[in-house]
Amino acid sequence: MNLAVNNQSLILALGLVMIALAIGWHEKLGIDRDMIIGVVRAVIQLFVVGYLLKYVFRLNNVWLTTVLILIIIFNAGYNAKQRSNGIPRALPISIGAILISTTVTLGVLMLAGAIKFIPSQMIPISGMIASNSMVAIGLCYRNLNAQFKQERQAVLEKLALGADLKDASREILRDSIKTGMQPTIDSAKTVGIVSLPGMMSGLIFAGVDPVRAIKYQIMVTFMLMSATSIGSVLACYWAYRGFYNERKQLTI
Amino acid sequence: MSLITLKNVGYQVDQTPILTDINLEIAAREWVTIAGPSGSGKSTLVRIIASLLSKTSGELIFDGQPIEHYDPIIYRRRVSYSFQQPTLFGDTVRDNLAFPYQIRQLDFDEQRAITGLEYVGLTEKDLDKGVNDLSGGQRQRVALLRNIMIYPEVLILDEVTAGLDAENKAFVWSMIQHFNQDDGLTIIAITHDQEEIDAAKRLLTIENGRLVGGNS
Repeated sequence: MNLAVNNQSLILALGLVMIALAIGWHEKLGIDRDMIIGVVRAVIQLFVVGYLLKYVFRLNNVWLTTVLILIIIFNAGYNAKQRSNGIPRALPISIGAILISTTVTLGVLMLAGAIKFIPSQMIPISGMIASNSMVAIGLCYRNLNAQFKQERQAVLEKLALGADLKDASREILRDSIKTGMQPTIDSAKTVGIVSLPGMMSGLIFAGVDPVRAIKYQIMVTFMLMSATSIGSVLACYWAYRGFYNERKQLTI
Repeated sequence: MSLITLKNVGYQVDQTPILTDINLEIAAREWVTIAGPSGSGKSTLVRIIASLLSKTSGELIFDGQPIEHYDPIIYRRRVSYSFQQPTLFGDTVRDNLAFPYQIRQLDFDEQRAITGLEYVGLTEKDLDKGVNDLSGGQRQRVALLRNIMIYPEVLILDEVTAGLDAENKAFVWSMIQHFNQDDGLTIIAITHDQEEIDAAKRLLTIENGRLVGGNS
């Protein structure tokens, strides 16, 4: 390990926050308070997580690891739900979609022998999968809401012609699933060219041979494709019915 | 026996009544014209009959059964609603005329589509014409054709001739006449057009959410 971040260098790096604060203050952006809260929260949360993970890794208990993964999934689901803007049953839908996308992806990775069920691998990987799934589902919700508003007339006309709910919503569903997956596809296309992603950068930073590091990054690319596609498809198919009532009428 | 019966039908949003005590009987093959000022509740009434909205009080009976007994999707295939300034789907005329088949998992009857297009003054070639290349009158004709590619029993027309020039208006009007007289469709048509009101076989007038004129 050739990492050189110690508490002293962290405090000096706080100067970077001062630059952001100075810009905010000078430009009267009115976000000084948000920035300070953000920084304080980040520091506290990360310290807590650091010590917690250290403890969990040392304990290496299957049940505790599972519970932590479930907590990650619940939190991701709760956050995705916040983007739902009133879509009915968004919390169970989000949690269900993230749970399934995470389980399937982790399952395949374990069966392939890429990761083992040990906390130091399962927890960070689950977090990556769940958070990408969460972002994808949030995008799906936003697109569903926007599209059902924008395409309201077309949906009504399809219903009036006797289309069932899936036929009336098909274009919107397709577009929303695509929107959920798009960031993952875009970043897969530019990975290594535009940015060195987190997993790979972290390994290189910690002194791992870049050729080994990219193998992990390839795995991450594959798993995020799977996670965001499963999450998007499930969330969209479960959520679109919420735009209709029991008499199959559009309620928006 | 009437095909559609409304008994004391009302519709309100929150506490505001939009329709009050509508009583109405419509027989099969009848042609009913509905007139009234803007905002009087005409569209709300026909959307309730088309099952795109649910009444908040009263009874709506279709073909001897309360509307609630029907699956709304199946019902809407029997009672079809055509909008003012319709939206065409997809890219081409074909996408629109094939839609009624697609939703019923049936093979597209291209010959029927071509016959229909020729009837409304378009040609076989127009089947693959982009929807954005159609004029307003052509769009309305294609939209109406879409409603009757597979015949419903009732065709509800919500100001379908509004915004059309005299020639297109006359054409659409003759189409409707054909559907009613030759094909036996029951027609419920909303209009603001004085000529259409004067020519109505049975005229109903709605004001402030109530039926005020005509023989209900």
